[in-house]
Amino acid sequence: MRYIDDTVVMKRMKSRLKVNKFWKAIFFIATSLALLALVILLIRILSQGMSYLNWDFFNNFGSRFAEKAGIKAALIGSIYLMLVIAPVSMILGVGTAIYLEEYAKRNKFTDFIQMNISNLAGVPSIVFGLLGLTIFARMLFLGKSILAAGLTMSLLILPVIIVAAQEAIRAVPKEQREASYGMGATKWQTITRVVLPAAIPGILTGSILALSRAVGETAPLVVLGIPVILQFLPDSLLSEFTTLPLQIYDWAKRPQEEFQFVAAAGIIVLMGLLVVMNSIAIFIRNKFQKRY
Amino acid sequence: MVELMIKNSDQINMKSQKQAVSPMINRVEKNTVFGTKNFNLWYGEHHALKDIQLDIKENDVTAIIGPSGCGKSTYIKALNRMVELVPIVKTSGEINYRGRNIFDSSYEVEELRTKVGMVFQKPNPFPKSIYDNIAYGPRIHGIKNKKILDEIVEKSLRGAAIWDEVKDRLNQNAYGLSGGQQQRICIARCLAIEPDVILMDEPTSALDPISTLKVEELVQELKDNYSIVIVTHNMQQAARISDKTAFFLNGEVVEFDYTDKIFSTPRDGRTEDYISGRFG
Repeated sequence: MRYIDDTVVMKRMKSRLKVNKFWKAIFFIATSLALLALVILLIRILSQGMSYLNWDFFNNFGSRFAEKAGIKAALIGSIYLMLVIAPVSMILGVGTAIYLEEYAKRNKFTDFIQMNISNLAGVPSIVFGLLGLTIFARMLFLGKSILAAGLTMSLLILPVIIVAAQEAIRAVPKEQREASYGMGATKWQTITRVVLPAAIPGILTGSILALSRAVGETAPLVVLGIPVILQFLPDSLLSEFTTLPLQIYDWAKRPQEEFQFVAAAGIIVLMGLLVVMNSIAIFIRNKFQKRY
Repeated sequence: MVELMIKNSDQINMKSQKQAVSPMINRVEKNTVFGTKNFNLWYGEHHALKDIQLDIKENDVTAIIGPSGCGKSTYIKALNRMVELVPIVKTSGEINYRGRNIFDSSYEVEELRTKVGMVFQKPNPFPKSIYDNIAYGPRIHGIKNKKILDEIVEKSLRGAAIWDEVKDRLNQNAYGLSGGQQQRICIARCLAIEPDVILMDEPTSALDPISTLKVEELVQELKDNYSIVIVTHNMQQAARISDKTAFFLNGEVVEFDYTDKIFSTPRDGRTEDYISGRFG
């Protein structure tokens, strides 16, 4: 007695293959739509902004006149901001990840911390802006400075860096640690000589991607009251500054049509910066990744 | 069948046979390296080692055999306290290394592991050059002098019988070597800390027969200078290379004796069943 009847199988074959094809088409359309949106965005931005991209655009400060408006203060401000965020968030983030993965015993308390870190990654950025306003701007009197904004942004991306670093550290095989401990190495020696060298590509990749998120972020800066337009360069970590996304936002909301083109030029600069950062992340991942 | 019946029925005969054999081989009592007294170990609720009594002697190759899950790997990992990497482990009783209880709170685990090296089941070189792999141990113990490191690397690689194969490519990544070569690199890396005891946890289970043979020959050479404890699944291997054999079953030592005795005239029926392949 056979349970599978060949004639029934053949009868259903056609409709099964049809369903198969249908879903393939759906997924292809989904992918195409995303690509299409990206292509339209790029074409629009490039056609509007390219003519405004010249040396003056990089070398001028903001202006009431579109042809004189430049991005110097915003570009320098964004780079300064990164210089604060990168060390602060990486030292705190990697340190936390090492503690949680290598030192902390697994118990209810560490599970609770772990859960909260994952949840923090999903908290809206404007909430971090309010936190930064309360703690850094008001309580620590840092005002609208690069330092206040940098520390706020560091908090914002800290959970992402912690989780990325934890995953990179966890990916180092147990056997590697055993080999090191087996020769009488201390925990610290094992971390610095075996675990971190193997985990650093993953840690750097995650950190750079998180950093690019911070560079494109606007909401926390709006809450902190960071000015959108400035006529001078910051001279220390405590001076006022502006950033690319804020400057672009200011241009985009102006009524004059020419400013739309200036905004587009600003977006090209911001996207260029992000492409460079992501390329560095991909390069590091491909070049230094260790295979076991 | 007839032989078996005689063996089982005539215990007294067997004992006298043993006494007759011993002086002929002229077995000297050697110093104890590891003295295990009433040692128990639990993984959470699971009682993995029960009341272990076992003395491991100097310059012996001591083989530990037994079916999967019998606690043989757990025991060897207790000897360098590697077992503590599992957070839920509890122990009672003593393991004395050269007379000092290694589970004593004043015994630093780093100090113990400098004296008691380990070779693992799967070759686990670091993703570094061959040279840096061997120099890892000396470096963590503070040796920076390049000349001394060079000498240690050469001596260790010669000691692990792999110097001639790798001397021209010390700066290449150890991952480019074959599995058998990697395992001998790991043995060399272990020799580089100049240990007193070498623990080997199924060192040939991931290797092909020729590489296995090389590692076995190496163990025979190393026993002149080191005490070796080797866990193995392979009974022929235990018979070939060890001086003494301990048979573990369900977390207990069923029998511990000279290897030739264990394999010719085991005292316990369970040992006989295991070595004759009736289970495990």
